[in-house]
Amino acid sequence: MRDVAVVSFAQSATRRDQTRNEVEILLPVLREAMAPTGLTTHDIGFTCSGSSDYLAGQAFAFVSALDAVGPWPPIQESHVEMDGAWALYEAWVRLQHGDIDTALVYAFGKSSPGDVARVLSLQLDPYVTGPLWPDAISLAALQARAFLEAGHDEKDLARVVARSRRNAVGNPHAQLSGDIDEATLLDEPLYADPLRMHDCPPISDGAAVVVLAAGDKARELCERPAWIRGIDHRIDVQALGSRDLSQSASTRLAGEKAGVGGRADLAELHAPFSHQELIVAEALGLDETATSINPSGGALASNPVMVAGLVRIGEAARRLSAGEGERAVAHATSGPALQQNLVCVLEATS
Amino acid sequence: MTAEPITGIVTPIRLDYTYTPGTSPSQFLRGMKEGRILGRRCPSCAKVYVPPRGGCPMCGVEFAEEVRVADTGTLVTFAVVNVNFANRVIDLPYVSGEVRFDGSDTTSMVLVQGIPVDQVRMGMRVKAHWLPRDEWDFTFANIDYVEPLDEPDADYESYKEFV
Amino acid sequence: MTEVLSAPHSMEFPYTRSTGPMVGAFLTGLRDRRVLGVRDSAGRVVVPPPEYDAGTAAVLPADELIEVASEGVVTSWSWNPKPRLGQPFEQPFAWVLVQLDGADTGLLHALDAPRDAIRTGMRVRIRWAEEPVGFIKDIACFEPAP
Repeated sequence: MRDVAVVSFAQSATRRDQTRNEVEILLPVLREAMAPTGLTTHDIGFTCSGSSDYLAGQAFAFVSALDAVGPWPPIQESHVEMDGAWALYEAWVRLQHGDIDTALVYAFGKSSPGDVARVLSLQLDPYVTGPLWPDAISLAALQARAFLEAGHDEKDLARVVARSRRNAVGNPHAQLSGDIDEATLLDEPLYADPLRMHDCPPISDGAAVVVLAAGDKARELCERPAWIRGIDHRIDVQALGSRDLSQSASTRLAGEKAGVGGRADLAELHAPFSHQELIVAEALGLDETATSINPSGGALASNPVMVAGLVRIGEAARRLSAGEGERAVAHATSGPALQQNLVCVLEATS
Repeated sequence: MTAEPITGIVTPIRLDYTYTPGTSPSQFLRGMKEGRILGRRCPSCAKVYVPPRGGCPMCGVEFAEEVRVADTGTLVTFAVVNVNFANRVIDLPYVSGEVRFDGSDTTSMVLVQGIPVDQVRMGMRVKAHWLPRDEWDFTFANIDYVEPLDEPDADYESYKEFV
Repeated sequence: MTEVLSAPHSMEFPYTRSTGPMVGAFLTGLRDRRVLGVRDSAGRVVVPPPEYDAGTAAVLPADELIEVASEGVVTSWSWNPKPRLGQPFEQPFAWVLVQLDGADTGLLHALDAPRDAIRTGMRVRIRWAEEPVGFIKDIACFEPAP
């Protein structure tokens, strides 16, 4: 395997953004990510993006988003109708071919124009589940109940939320942050029983950009690159009633294949709902006492759909490059109730 | 009641959004409401885009200043339409054309009227025919169609990159 | 600050889908008010029946479907406080995963019961639509079993 590293990362602030379109959100983020590398679009070997046209209801939105890159004369590029973490996976595979040394990965999404919880129903099997239009919050709540009744307590969920809000205080890109104790959270009424409103993610619009480079090129572009030591993604069976919702078999397997080994200084886990962080951490064998989990606040603090997974990899890499640790685990999810999961192990040393 | 096995189903989907166009397109639409065609210039290649979207699609940079574009232009290419689309109430055949408005570096698709279909030419000079002022809204449809100007046709060299 | 321009925008797709032998047989069963599943390689009766085995990817036999009961047990549930277009009820309601008697997996649908009466493990049964047509909504919802 060829050594590939994250050499730069940038993200937009996240909020409901009614004034800017996708390209206008993306442009400054691209510029910010490219600047420290000194590269231009035409120095990049391969460009790959992740987004979903259904989010804002604009067909082929990913084509117009390319405007932000400046793709003329035509560049080598590709797109996944997935979170940008999967675009990063494609770019990583592309770099393994050995003929190029750099790749640009970006993701963008505006959840605010539509009802994102309903839009995400379109991820379901369209024959016997989709026609009932189960929304993403209801399905996450079904999973939360299965998790709680498998021997967990709602105090565990409140602990996750309180830590997310607290960690997000130091994250200028986060949407929800603050110092709030667990008892106060548990005093809130149930919303999508057994979930409270704060167990669910905010509606976020945003974009993120990662620059990848291989071998010596990475060392040339970045003082302390965050090397991808392992990356893998797996999927669970589609029917929600055919899998154990209280666990994540696909995360566990992806973590094993990526070489997590239960060791990390920090972990960025893509868990839009509080209970999902506990399921993912358990599947990856990560222990909160040894690993700083979601130091950014995670997806509970800011959840730009199709972007938040790539942000996990970018956040983890950025922190390693800044010397906050030597080994990190980043996780991204897609689909209802942790359907698909990607795990990436990153390392940086001086 | 049929006893035939089920072989197909209909699963219609409907999604509702509140569309917001973004900064540059909003500026363009506000201009249209006032009867002005507003483009924006790329600070890198100096091309003027009408309507502007997010940024220059060639250079990948944010737009610089706003540029008012004329409502006269050159028909750079066109098609004669002989089949009506649903909801379109125009006498057949009609001409749908791409017009480069003077001062713009992009073309816009507009209806061509005021001339027999078989006399429409590439390079023909045209002018926007606006709806009555009290019907203007935040839409390019304020330009109902373009019609010929009494001017000599443009030289092919002047518009060939837009064909 | 200038007012944001916005406009309503709706997308509609009238998808027509071929069901194939397995889903077609399941839906044909619903039209007859029968729920069918299939036995997978691990010996589990899966409802609704998938076309391929999740463990081995083998094609599962659409001509060897197994009828399960129209009554079963709730394995998980959630409360939906904000019903959305197309969902089974317009008032707040519960989603349930129900393991029908004879099945080894859960079927997702809505439950018509007061929120404080709902428990994991409760017995429920199918309330059939008045005129089944061969669609998942032939199951109107679940209701508490007497």
